[in-house]
Amino acid sequence: MNEPTVRIQKVKKDTVKIRLIIFGALAVALMLCSIFAEHLCPYDPYLQDLSNAKAAPSAAHIFGTDAYGRDMLSRVIIGSRSSIYSTLLLVAVITVIGTAVGVVCGWNGKRIDTVLMRISDVFLAFPGLVFALAVAGVLGGGIQNAIIALVAISWPKYARIARSQTLAQKETPYIKAAKLSGSSTGKILVKHILPNIIGPILVTSMLDIGTMMMELAGLSFLGLGAKPPMAEWGSMMSDARSLLKTVPWVTFAPGLAIFVSVMIFNLLGDTIRDYADPRSRGR
Amino acid sequence: MEPILRAEHLTKTFRRKGQEDVIAVNDVSFELMPGECLGIIGESGSGKSTVANLLTRLTEVTEGSICLHDKDITRQKGAALRETYRKIQMVFQTPAESFDPRRTLGDGIAESMVNVGTIPAEVKKRTRELLVRCGLSEDFAKRYPHQVSGGQCQRAAIARAIAVNPEILICDEATSALDVTIQKEILELLNELKEEHKMAYIFICHDIALVQQFCDRVLVMYHGKIVEQGIPDDVIRNPQNDYTKRLIASIL
Repeated sequence: MNEPTVRIQKVKKDTVKIRLIIFGALAVALMLCSIFAEHLCPYDPYLQDLSNAKAAPSAAHIFGTDAYGRDMLSRVIIGSRSSIYSTLLLVAVITVIGTAVGVVCGWNGKRIDTVLMRISDVFLAFPGLVFALAVAGVLGGGIQNAIIALVAISWPKYARIARSQTLAQKETPYIKAAKLSGSSTGKILVKHILPNIIGPILVTSMLDIGTMMMELAGLSFLGLGAKPPMAEWGSMMSDARSLLKTVPWVTFAPGLAIFVSVMIFNLLGDTIRDYADPRSRGR
Repeated sequence: MEPILRAEHLTKTFRRKGQEDVIAVNDVSFELMPGECLGIIGESGSGKSTVANLLTRLTEVTEGSICLHDKDITRQKGAALRETYRKIQMVFQTPAESFDPRRTLGDGIAESMVNVGTIPAEVKKRTRELLVRCGLSEDFAKRYPHQVSGGQCQRAAIARAIAVNPEILICDEATSALDVTIQKEILELLNELKEEHKMAYIFICHDIALVQQFCDRVLVMYHGKIVEQGIPDDVIRNPQNDYTKRLIASIL
């Protein structure tokens, strides 16, 4: 009677592993692409060639060329550097800041908790992108300021997760035992609390890579992120929007790049969540 | 003989927002003599475990004082409190949960020795010795809490507790989660260790038969107060308090 259930579980576990390998490899490929972007470009992404402007996709220019005759494929590849690299940096920063704040709040409680959590409430109370727009507007354009703006609105989510996880761990017997073993607070936080709460936080940050990439592209699209001529997918789409009716491939290429990479990172995040879930892992 | 631990008028009040305060422990006083085994019995919610948490300072004392030898440890913090933990140790009710799920049993046992600055080679050797002393094999040091049984885990927890040669070992329902045969083995182990290490025990339990077997003196707690105390045999044969009478009647 038990046989079928066992088998179903096994098959499910295997697909999770296979998915993890496939999406992990794709994500790594994307990152490698962004690191070695310069060497992968078939043409100079910034070289203007007005005689060959707005050329339709062909064998020489797979994605065509833009209004200045720049090769779109090269621009999409070089754009991956600012898009993917900035996104990873952004996610890393919010994960670290959010987790640190959350752990401190959850562990200490009392006044520090109240103050920091009310501050995070303030950030959560605004519609995210509108707030980021305001921050980017005050600081001025540029990819750096766009990142700062997105950090400002995104860390509270991580602080909330880390805080609730810390609260759940704080009263467990093994933390009491660690105190009795004479471990200092810092040691308990780093050696016991952090390893036990980091799982769900990492999954959240993996899932956030896609979202953050979109928001960063969104800010660039609105002119508050990367500045021309810097190649960034969002700003490339923005530049080309007036040409949408006549030369659609100029918007199509960066759009496709955003779509594909967001999808890869989202699927990877989903897979890591499935993999980290103990119920899908078995004992 | 001087008592090693003296609790005077211990009171713990849990404040709850918008509700009445809960007085978990109410004016509890007792002394613990060197080498003595003091039992605390009472039903769930009578405040036994809170007393354990107060004595180990895992919970803040609301009123009253705790003295270890002649040192007041009621408000100790930081380094001073860590020093106190070399003298007071505790074994918990849920063995598996008292070890960090992401670290090995060996790491758990070694933690207190590492914290007092023992050299790594010595820590490793001592960990192995302690495991063997508590009836486990050396390779348990490399296992994780979820890979061992409740009884084995509790043995490891006892090894951890005696690693720093404490003077007082508090067993908070240390055998309650285990089945009867394992319970007996653990009690035998505790008995042997008591002789070897000259430790005093505070043995918190709801099983009056165990207390009768194991303890020199017993406190009966009810609603946060000590309602009766004395030698276990006397208390069981001739209970004075109404609650104690009911407690004993319910078992026999």
